[in-house]
Amino acid sequence: MIAPVATLEREEFHFIRDFVYKTAAIVIDEDKHYLVEYRLGPLIEREGIRSFRHLVSELRQPTSGPLRSRVVDAMTTNETSFFRDARPFDHLRRAVLPQLIERRRSEKCLTFFFGGCSSGQEPYSIAMILRQFFPELDTWNLRLTGADISSEMIRRAREGVYTQFEINRGLPARLLVQFFEKAGIHWRLSESIRSMVQFEERNLTHPLGLTGNVDIFFLRNVLIYFDQEERRRLLQQVRDGLRSDGFLMLGAAETTVFCNDLFVPVPMEFSNLFHLKGTPNPINLNPCQA
Amino acid sequence: MEPNRRTLVVDDSRVIRTIVSRALTELGFQPEEAGNGREALERLKQGLLPVVVMIDWNMPELNGLEMVQAVRANPDWEDVRLVMITSENELDRVQTALMAGADEYIMKPFTKEMIQEKLNLLGVPIPAAAAPAA
Repeated sequence: MIAPVATLEREEFHFIRDFVYKTAAIVIDEDKHYLVEYRLGPLIEREGIRSFRHLVSELRQPTSGPLRSRVVDAMTTNETSFFRDARPFDHLRRAVLPQLIERRRSEKCLTFFFGGCSSGQEPYSIAMILRQFFPELDTWNLRLTGADISSEMIRRAREGVYTQFEINRGLPARLLVQFFEKAGIHWRLSESIRSMVQFEERNLTHPLGLTGNVDIFFLRNVLIYFDQEERRRLLQQVRDGLRSDGFLMLGAAETTVFCNDLFVPVPMEFSNLFHLKGTPNPINLNPCQA
Repeated sequence: MEPNRRTLVVDDSRVIRTIVSRALTELGFQPEEAGNGREALERLKQGLLPVVVMIDWNMPELNGLEMVQAVRANPDWEDVRLVMITSENELDRVQTALMAGADEYIMKPFTKEMIQEKLNLLGVPIPAAAAPAA
């Protein structure tokens, strides 16, 4: 008789919870037993593993590297969409980017970093904005880097192929026409946009090695998965990575209240933007431009 | 000023009209329904001025594309947002709809969230999002 695979005992839950925290700093609350079953149940079936008990014993093996990656992949939330929440992108286009471009006109270089970029919709949304609304940037050095802990998400982001469901989510129809082509039942982003973004498999809890050249650090809906200590550590890395007049963009439900000594919010409603506290040369955004 | 909550759902399938209307109601709108483009144009001529019209493509009497062209030919209706919501999912169809004057395009199957996201893109205020929390 085959035991039901989806039975997750308390001890196994605790092992997986601790393993995911140590590997990716992602916090799984004590009451999220169901989440682990829901996310890892399909994985153990796919891998031909007989039960959660067997999964745990395989994860304990030092040779289980690929399996460990797949478990972290499965436990990572990959919710994303093109132009998610819409309004922050409007603010970027109308208020932030024009001023930022003006300030960088002599060096002709802009650097954007996207932490937790999932399957790439967010960096590609910015790439499409740059291409469509700021043609003068064609001759600039644009560095857009998307980073995610999930190797599967990075593979998908590089591929730039999206389902109809994903295309329906927040992508303006005129951009679909301009930058996508049909690929069977899916949609492929044009090479002209894909080539604007580099993707890297990175764990955001490890040193990012950024050297103060980032103009906008996108970290949307990432902090919510970390505990306070890890959030602070990550925001310290963001501070070190940003230019003195650069911006941090968080998700709609996120704040830097636990890092008031590092960041202050930009006074622009629904922008979710922050700049470095005490910066000598802030870019003052006029809300009327938004 | 109270935002305009009126919307019009145009589809020859009663089932689809019901699903789209339910989504719009949950978003705080007041949807009315029409079974084809001609019926929808009649409603507009009678004075219904919706903030947005959700339009299927393939319908009897007057199809969605013809309806979009007719609405765009009348300057009285220039502020009305037109969203195609259709099973037509080829790129040239999307392009044709936009050139005819549609503002957005949703390919079936769809969800309420997709409708909300498209309305956000068009700057249409979502009444349910503005309502104070219970």
